[in-house]
Amino acid sequence: MIKTLSKYIGKYKKTSIITILLTAAEVVLDIFLPVCMAKIIDEGIQKGDLGAIYRYGIIMAVLSILAFITGVASGRLASRASTGFVANLRAAMFRKVQTFSFKNIDNFSTAGLITRLTTDASNMQMAYQMLIRMCVRSPLNMLFALVMCMIISPKLSLIFVVAIVFLGLALFLIILNAMKSFKKVFGEYDELNASIQENIRGIRVVKSFVREDYEINKFQKAIDRLYTLFCKAETIVCINNPIMLMTVYGCILALSWFGAHEVVGGAITTGQLTSLLTYVMNILISLMMLSMAFVMLTLSSASAERICQVFNEEPDIKDPENPLYNLESGSVDFENVYFAYKPGSSEYVLNDISLHINSGETIGIIGTTGSSKSSLVNLIPRLYDATKGCVKVGGTDVRQYDVKTLRDAVSMVLQNNVLFTGTILDNLRWGNPDASLEECIKACRLACIDDFIETLPEKYETRIERGGNNVSGGQKQRLCIARALLKKPKILILDDSTSAVDTATEARIQKAFAENIPDTTKIIIAQRISSVKNADRIIVMDDGKINGFGTHDELLESNEIYKAVVEGQQNGVRDFDRMGV
Amino acid sequence: MAGPGKGGRRGASPKEIIKSLTSGSMLRVIKLVLEHYWIHLIIVLAGIIVAAIASVKGTLFTQTLIDTYIIPLIGQQSPDYQPLFHAIIKVALLYAVGAVAAFSYNLIMVKVGQGSLRIIRQQLFSKMEKLPIRYFDTHPFGDVMSIYTNDTDTLREFIGRSFPEIVNLLATLISTLISMFILSVPLSIVSLILVSFVVMITVKVSTLSGRYFGAQQRQLGAVNGYIEEMMSGQKVIKVFTHEDQTITEMEEHNEELRKVSNNAHGIANILMPATAQLGNLNYVIVAVIGAIFALNGNFGMTIGTLVSFMTLNKSFNRPFAQMSMQLNSIVMAAAGAERVYELMDETPEVDNGIVLLKAVKEDEDGKLHVSDTFTGEWGWILPDRIVKLEGDIVFDNVDFGYRPDHQILYDINMYAHKGQKIAFVGSTGAGKTTITNLLNRFYDIQDGKIRYDGININNIKKASLRNSLGIVLQDTHLFTGTIIDNIRYGWLGASDEDCIAAAKLANAHSFITRMPDGYNTVITGDGTNLSQGQRQLIAIARAAVSNPPVLILDEATSSIDTRTEQLVQKGMDSLMKGRTTFVIAHRLSTVQNADCIMVLEKGHIIERGSHEELLEQKGRYYQLYTGNAVS
Repeated sequence: MIKTLSKYIGKYKKTSIITILLTAAEVVLDIFLPVCMAKIIDEGIQKGDLGAIYRYGIIMAVLSILAFITGVASGRLASRASTGFVANLRAAMFRKVQTFSFKNIDNFSTAGLITRLTTDASNMQMAYQMLIRMCVRSPLNMLFALVMCMIISPKLSLIFVVAIVFLGLALFLIILNAMKSFKKVFGEYDELNASIQENIRGIRVVKSFVREDYEINKFQKAIDRLYTLFCKAETIVCINNPIMLMTVYGCILALSWFGAHEVVGGAITTGQLTSLLTYVMNILISLMMLSMAFVMLTLSSASAERICQVFNEEPDIKDPENPLYNLESGSVDFENVYFAYKPGSSEYVLNDISLHINSGETIGIIGTTGSSKSSLVNLIPRLYDATKGCVKVGGTDVRQYDVKTLRDAVSMVLQNNVLFTGTILDNLRWGNPDASLEECIKACRLACIDDFIETLPEKYETRIERGGNNVSGGQKQRLCIARALLKKPKILILDDSTSAVDTATEARIQKAFAENIPDTTKIIIAQRISSVKNADRIIVMDDGKINGFGTHDELLESNEIYKAVVEGQQNGVRDFDRMGV
Repeated sequence: MAGPGKGGRRGASPKEIIKSLTSGSMLRVIKLVLEHYWIHLIIVLAGIIVAAIASVKGTLFTQTLIDTYIIPLIGQQSPDYQPLFHAIIKVALLYAVGAVAAFSYNLIMVKVGQGSLRIIRQQLFSKMEKLPIRYFDTHPFGDVMSIYTNDTDTLREFIGRSFPEIVNLLATLISTLISMFILSVPLSIVSLILVSFVVMITVKVSTLSGRYFGAQQRQLGAVNGYIEEMMSGQKVIKVFTHEDQTITEMEEHNEELRKVSNNAHGIANILMPATAQLGNLNYVIVAVIGAIFALNGNFGMTIGTLVSFMTLNKSFNRPFAQMSMQLNSIVMAAAGAERVYELMDETPEVDNGIVLLKAVKEDEDGKLHVSDTFTGEWGWILPDRIVKLEGDIVFDNVDFGYRPDHQILYDINMYAHKGQKIAFVGSTGAGKTTITNLLNRFYDIQDGKIRYDGININNIKKASLRNSLGIVLQDTHLFTGTIIDNIRYGWLGASDEDCIAAAKLANAHSFITRMPDGYNTVITGDGTNLSQGQRQLIAIARAAVSNPPVLILDEATSSIDTRTEQLVQKGMDSLMKGRTTFVIAHRLSTVQNADCIMVLEKGHIIERGSHEELLEQKGRYYQLYTGNAVS
């Protein structure tokens, strides 16, 4: 994990190392300060020597100024290194995700990727800064302070060793227990939030069944449980405080007792004893800080792990070694194609598909939900690779093309399509960055959305809000079609992309296609018979297999499923919503 | 979740802190805590004072140790450690008291913090449940949710952690300051002047870093927003091979973030070394001035006092940087409290209804009496009489708009006698769903009247009204729990047999019994382990078990039929049997069976009648039905 992540320190490696060195220098300077203080007391105040006070005062001031400079410098550099590292990490992760195939994206889910790129990345910044500052500072501080103590009195230093071992063990046990308890707390907390979520989303159900008080009761029980768990977990943390105090006080008392004997015996001076007393706090606070850093790092290790998963994911669709950059025609062939979403699974969603589509043909695809219509067309622009068999476009296996060439030639309008923040024109130019306004208008005319755009006050410069929330579903679909048309594709695939468009407009779009882009192969997935009725040929999908392939009339004659669907839509199932508008 | 670095550390100026602390919402939080936990807080205060005194006394001991117990012994032949031993025992006891006090007040603070939070959560949730549907329709889900997660968390941080820490630091400061003044007034004044530099620097750095952290948060928001948008559209990016452009854009945002966040953290990182080293300089200056006093014998300064004073002076410098970090949480908590109380101050659903629905019994003369036990018969209890619950609904010149300036429904007139079915058809946005929101008084009508068994529904207690209505909506909401509990949600008094009977009626029985744990299968809130159709079947069973005389149904929009969808349809059909039903129809069979079809357009009923009658009219319904819509 560390190896994977450390790659992204990149040019901030030097900054990081200097930070560590500066931090070390700051610690060393800091360590000498108590020595000076001891000297001020021993040689200055107690002996009434003002000169010594001045002398050591100046040394101390110089040390302190140096410590200030190194401290500020290391702080600034630490922030430079940590923010730089995380910027690198975030960008690298983003770049990696861009190489992901659909299957890779499915593995993580959109929400999963967002968490990794946002929250997890931010956590890494905290963790990294802690690693190059606190995790250097605390142990060094402890070590140097201990060395100073050893120099002053090896015998009395034994007290510190005992204290460190005791406190270290105690902290470790507390942290271990606390983390276990907090895990339970967070589990309960997640459940509580899930239940609040249910209530907000299902408020109509709660209110229609008059279950407000019932829900309040249920919630009360849940927060009581949370309260108990939280109190238990926090109580464990509370033990920290008295243990720390006990250790500090214990050290002071032990030092007082044994130290007194040493001083009286002449082994050390009183000033040295005060130095030792100063180092007590120094050492134990460092240990405390270290334990805190340990907790923080443990918590962020979960983030680190999640981030590593992204880096370790192998993109499963790659360009071939000698890719083809030219696509002959818009014909499509499936040769004994099998496809499963999970590798190695025998649950094929496509089962032995063989078919041939001529260049320029209009093909309709119809079938029940889950009959793998989308899976079938997804294989054409290589959004997924066939598990077995071979998919050909323009007579050549799709795996031999350069992926960009293939996808530019095969334009697909996805079922869950999105528009991005920006103007309408910006969005259209996703299809072709160099498209002129005229070309864009032409594409919009084909998609029957130009009239609508003209009614907008800012026309093609109208801003689309995030997710395209300021246009209706049907308008969004038509904009997406226009965007896809701008690629001037050899094959155009519409995956249920006119479901929110009314039948009349849909018919106009299809007519425009037939007249304006006759050479483009058009593959249209639809739920409505009216959407595919006029296609050259129609594929009827059923449970991952081709159940029928022919013209409307042929299928009406021979295909049971098709016949049932047509009858159903004419008689049994009439959707009054969609027929309107 | 409460991982590390949530929101990051940020600075705040004293002005912000004072403003936050005295904001209305924050004062209410403080009042709430004081009200419930004032005894606890007094004990905590006492504990903090005891612990602080013990700590200061302990610091002073190290000095008397040298002056009184060690130096006199130096050079003695047989030193007598007895007095030292006694002193150590005495101090040990003092320390023990301090440690016990610290432990106890920490423990009590856990209870205070978590307890207050429990009260706030409880109040928040109870309040939310009582809010009208309008609140939920006008507030995005994420915003409401974040009040529970982010905003209450800032309060937890404040009440549970920062507040005791601040009190603790204040106690240390004050007790140290008092001890310092007891030892030497002039040196204390010198020290105070020097410390004011530390305070000034702390304030300056905090204010500055506050500004930079604000910039960082904004840019972080921009980057996260960009990432969210791109990740949600990742598949589109792939299809358009737009990866390189996206990467370039992302890297621009990212670099901007790196710069501002480098500034923010860089400045914040100055605080610690600055205050620490200023403290050291302070020490030197006090040492020099104190030594001059001592050597010249000014102000009765002795060497022993000076040494003690300097130790105190050192610990006097320390808390300011820590304090500034804790104070930030006040600003965060104030913002959180603001949003928490915004919800708490919402007006709850008003209910002026007085007519109740109760179980009734008919005597020999046909007169109705209220019954204490379940009779299967229900009646509306009016002041002067009892009306039997039948399910007779009348809409009389009803006007409605979600906002007063934007009318949605115009002059709706219709009736449904007991057991009749009314189907609504019309295009999206015609106002079908709106009508169903009025009958159960999720929203109140602006003009006209709706009567239920002849009673104006405004006079009926909302709980009674809603209990007499069953609703099955298109998007089904179930609750985490077993399937049988979800069915029982319709009528909490239902026995297992009642629930199973309802499931059978809803056509859900067969699929439930095929589940691994049958009726005891635990489902999660969003029912991820069930299909959409199966969830709908459970929702139908839930409505069936409550056995209401009036139903409001919203049929699922049809795609191509599947088996479950047929089951859903059948379930709905059997549920409708014998009940007055208002159904937003998508299916022909539903429409054909309706007693009356209402065709809605732009908030008006433009056609009404049976299927055949409407087809004959060759109007809008005919267009809808034949699919020859003119747009």
